[in-house]
Amino acid sequence: MAADVVIESHGLTKHYNSFVAVDNLNLTVRHGEVFGLLGPNGAGKTTTILMLLGLTEPTAGSVRVLGLDPARQPLSVKSRVGYLPELLGFYNGLTAYENLIYTAKLNGLRRDEAHERILSALAQVGLEEVVEKPVGTFSRGMRQRLGVADVLIKKPQLIIMDEPTQGLDPEAARDFLGIIRRLKADGITVLLSSHLLHQVQAVCDRVGLFYRGRMVLEGTVEELARRVLGGAYRIQVEAEGPASLEEALRRVRGVVNVTRPGETLYELETEYDLRPEAARAVVEAGGKLLSLKVEQPSLDDVYTRYFEQEGKHG
Amino acid sequence: MARSKVREGSPWTGLWAVVFKEMADHLTSARMLILQALTLITAVGTVYAAASNLRDTVAQDRFLLLRLFTTAQQPLPAFVGFLAFLVPLIAIALAFDAVNGEFNQHTMARLLAQPIYRDALLFGKFLAGLFTLALVLTTIWLLIVGMGLVGLGVPPGGEEVARSLWFLVLTVFYGGVWLALALVFSITFRQPATAALASIAVWLFFTVFWGIIVDLLAQFLRPVRIGLPSEYLAQGQLALMLSRLSPNTLYSEAILAMLNPAVRSLGFVLPIQLDGAILGAPLPLDQSLALIWPHFTGLVAVTILLFALGYTLFQRQEIRA
Repeated sequence: MAADVVIESHGLTKHYNSFVAVDNLNLTVRHGEVFGLLGPNGAGKTTTILMLLGLTEPTAGSVRVLGLDPARQPLSVKSRVGYLPELLGFYNGLTAYENLIYTAKLNGLRRDEAHERILSALAQVGLEEVVEKPVGTFSRGMRQRLGVADVLIKKPQLIIMDEPTQGLDPEAARDFLGIIRRLKADGITVLLSSHLLHQVQAVCDRVGLFYRGRMVLEGTVEELARRVLGGAYRIQVEAEGPASLEEALRRVRGVVNVTRPGETLYELETEYDLRPEAARAVVEAGGKLLSLKVEQPSLDDVYTRYFEQEGKHG
Repeated sequence: MARSKVREGSPWTGLWAVVFKEMADHLTSARMLILQALTLITAVGTVYAAASNLRDTVAQDRFLLLRLFTTAQQPLPAFVGFLAFLVPLIAIALAFDAVNGEFNQHTMARLLAQPIYRDALLFGKFLAGLFTLALVLTTIWLLIVGMGLVGLGVPPGGEEVARSLWFLVLTVFYGGVWLALALVFSITFRQPATAALASIAVWLFFTVFWGIIVDLLAQFLRPVRIGLPSEYLAQGQLALMLSRLSPNTLYSEAILAMLNPAVRSLGFVLPIQLDGAILGAPLPLDQSLALIWPHFTGLVAVTILLFALGYTLFQRQEIRA
């Protein structure tokens, strides 16, 4: 195993009776990466996470987290890996500080050490003002940040987050993504699962697409886009001109597909940034170019397109 | 990589962290304050009544302190009678939401993601309940001893103190049975209210209905056909054996022998067996202990069985809600 591999699984499988939750999963996450697990609900993301933490035993296959076997060495794994569950709960009657003290004690920290770590963790997520407030008064976004402080206490090498931005308002979600970026800057590897694609796209270095217990796609967003959409760029051309304009655009080298969502609007899927070539094609065909825009493919497109194709095949 | 078959580390890692957190929760919860107040009022009321009664009548008694616990003054029953009611209630109140509460607050996943085993969590919760119960009962015990000293003006003898301490220990272990039962239900049922109701249903069953069922069963299985003394004896012995399946019977018999040194047997005694005995003479403490030892081990055994059942159920429980 390479030294910089944080999570490695081979043929990881989990059955619940006859239901196959995770099917033959091969996953590799490297040190310092932010890796996103995507997929619809029930695709096996949470089950995978529970197996990584040793909270559920795999039916078959092997998994190594930080070089340890979570089923046999759960204490070592859990003292190095932070977990932010999908439904994150705290003791509402206790203050933020008291909640974190319990975590610190469960991690075997001495009181003075715990005190220092708690205050610095709360400062890191911007909750230093509410240290002595009961958690029952916290907003959803504050709880989520407290959850990060809670895992930071054990100084983790890896943090696993299950649907961390679900139910957050846009501003809280943006703040939270900022926290994830800072964790990455601190050298902590992050694995997160989500179905909120634009947020995943905003922070993840690589993503894996889950579908029915299998990881069907894996790579950077650009790689996935090239593979699924056939082109990594999408160019919007607004032009007035003869009917042959669409044909002219289609003939440009590197154009994969042309659609016409409006009377004067053309959408080009291309392999490269072909704006100059597209402009030239419009002018040469005798058209009037009104505007030219390029947009990077979004994960939403990849996702939608992938499941459209799956629907056709299956 | 070496792959060992055993789990690493001790199953009790983090046990004391759980115990202290749970005890702190118990001792500050409104639920416990109410029950503590109730027990306190009961203790003060019954012991005051008993003390005033004792001052008038049996001032020559050797076991005045013990009488404080057992003397009933109309219309108040004795303190031990109340305790047989209150201890199960306190124990159930301490544990009925122990496990399902963590699930309902969504703290279970976060808790088990810490470097501890489930063993520590469950046993920690049980121990915290037991310690809390012991703390409450010891406070009340001290209060009663103090009230006895002030009210009666007679210092208790060594054997009296030893007997009343054994009474305290028995009461805590009796509470342990109900604690373990409520813990099992808190694992089985997701709703704390259901777990509480189920525990109270079991308690009611043994308090109210078990006695009736025992009588009916004994009459059915060992009928008295022609009225021979041996038939009555067989029926009575079966009824006694069946009634001892209830922790309530075990507890009340055990404290009876402990608090009343004159009790020489908890079963049937034939006149032949009394040959040479001086009736009413107190037994020494070790003899009383020998008398109740099966009861004591019975209570502990039921607790261990229930805890083991809960442990098995909890280990198999899926974490995802």
